Amino acid sequence: MSSFGPFLAKRLLTFLATLAVASVLVFVVLELLPGNAAEVILGDTATPEALAALNAKLGLDQPAFTRYLRWVGGLLQGDTAHSISYDTPTAELIAERLRVTLPLALMAMVLTVALALGLGLYAASRHNKIGDVGVMAASQVGIAIPNFWFAILLILLFAVHLQWVSAGGFPGWTEDDGGGLWDGVKALILPAIALALVQAAILARVTRSAVLDVMREDFVRTARAKGLSRRQALWRHVLRNAMIPVLTVAGLQFANLITGTIVVENVFVLPGIGRLVFQAISNRDLIVVRDVVMLLAGVVVVVNFVVDVLYAVIDPRLRTQ
Amino acid sequence: MSAMSLLARAFRHKSFAVGFTLTALLVLAAAMSLVWTPWPWAEIDIPLKLKPPTAAHWLGTDQLGRDILSLLLVGAQNSIVVGLIAVGIGLIAGVTLGCVAAASRASGKLWVEELIMRASDFTFAFPALLSAIMLTAIYGPGLVMSIVAIGIFNVPVFARITRGAANAVWTREFITAARAAGKGPLAITVDHVLPNIASQLIVQATISFATAILAEAALSYLGLGTQPPQPSWGRMLNEAQTLMFQAPLLAVYPGLAIMLSVLGLNLMGDGLRDLLDPKLARQR
Repeated sequence: MSSFGPFLAKRLLTFLATLAVASVLVFVVLELLPGNAAEVILGDTATPEALAALNAKLGLDQPAFTRYLRWVGGLLQGDTAHSISYDTPTAELIAERLRVTLPLALMAMVLTVALALGLGLYAASRHNKIGDVGVMAASQVGIAIPNFWFAILLILLFAVHLQWVSAGGFPGWTEDDGGGLWDGVKALILPAIALALVQAAILARVTRSAVLDVMREDFVRTARAKGLSRRQALWRHVLRNAMIPVLTVAGLQFANLITGTIVVENVFVLPGIGRLVFQAISNRDLIVVRDVVMLLAGVVVVVNFVVDVLYAVIDPRLRTQ
Repeated sequence: MSAMSLLARAFRHKSFAVGFTLTALLVLAAAMSLVWTPWPWAEIDIPLKLKPPTAAHWLGTDQLGRDILSLLLVGAQNSIVVGLIAVGIGLIAGVTLGCVAAASRASGKLWVEELIMRASDFTFAFPALLSAIMLTAIYGPGLVMSIVAIGIFNVPVFARITRGAANAVWTREFITAARAAGKGPLAITVDHVLPNIASQLIVQATISFATAILAEAALSYLGLGTQPPQPSWGRMLNEAQTLMFQAPLLAVYPGLAIMLSVLGLNLMGDGLRDLLDPKLARQR
């Protein structure tokens, strides 16, 4: 484990630098490029007085560098700017919406991994037989299906045709909101399935080829020669070694799931982060757009970092690269 | 290998054959719609709205009485334009950056390579959807913004692949020979590196084309991409969702069109990879 310290330090440095650059990018694109954010927010018909008032309120009369520092400092301390359309701190808005988005993404992730491992292992154990070909063909189709269309098809089947669930909306997690734990979970099942399908199709292919690769290794042949059955070798030796690429891809997919929620939440009219940023665009609420985009980009960067580190924990050879 | 034998081999490859056929259908649909559609796609006929499939309107009509089949055919143009330009942006910028990175590594300027690759890492933090959200928040929704967003996302993808493949080529003996003969980095890149990495770039371009179609459809579905009246598959799905109880089939056709196009391109990409890189094919 001796080389893990320097490795971690180097990765941590890259991670922090990436976050910093991402924040500068978001700031430049959303605050400096438009020229004047107040004009974008108020539109072409704004009076000069209204513009001046909003400029002062948003602190746009300050130099760019001061504004950047204030923004990043605020983000780090949880003291964020007020949304223009909701007049609430964006951190509060985001925290409230995460109560829908996070459970949704987690449910989708669990589904993805369960489906992908099952299908991938099944396909690998039937290599080049009809079951394998079937799973591979199905996964090609799965990758090609747009998640929002799959979501619409699910609504067509379960809400319009069978009328088992409502076509969208979210009742809330507590009875005070008019919902409850089970009602909340029920409202997230179809969206989670819609999100999981594509990701599971990709991950099933990764699982299959990882398992097949490991099965060709010498130590598996030794295990088989010792008298282990194919199935025993698979469970005792292959699976553990094949998990490295599978975990990596699964980690990266979590980032995809988070951005995928933007679309799927809009299909099911779920009050999550995706819906929030979408409405913020319609309301020209640049403050909310800026903070949500930063949060999502931050999640992508954090997940990449965690995957990198986990990868090196599992496979020490990577630390020296 | 002669061109004919490659072609014969290509069509014996099942996924390439299926992928090529689907992609050819997509291109044909778009090309045909430039000169002919069953009905003029913009023709509104309110009394005929939301009709199920008939002999006159094969796939029925939408909420304005427009012919669905004609709209789908014209929508294919949209997908192809987005795919071509977005992949074009990624290819030109990404391949240039990747080649510069590889060439600087070969001439000992490691920091240039490091700088380019770290910069492309940063852009990975912004998936196409996020860049599109930022751009539309400022400049308003539209086709151009969505193409730019998808194109930007493609740049690091191509930069990484190019650099990886080009680095491998730069270590080969024939490059050493070319350098000894006095060829400069630009000449070597154009004469030796690019031809040797072209097959990998073609495969990636095919797959990125499919991703671009998916991303544009998602953006148009959200109302951030193609704007009315220009037909787009993503927006047709958005409009169909509000009419799901009256005309459920409207929500099926555009999705099928997207799925078949993406499936075709992906299968063709997989097939090309096997055909152009036999070494890789044997490993699978």
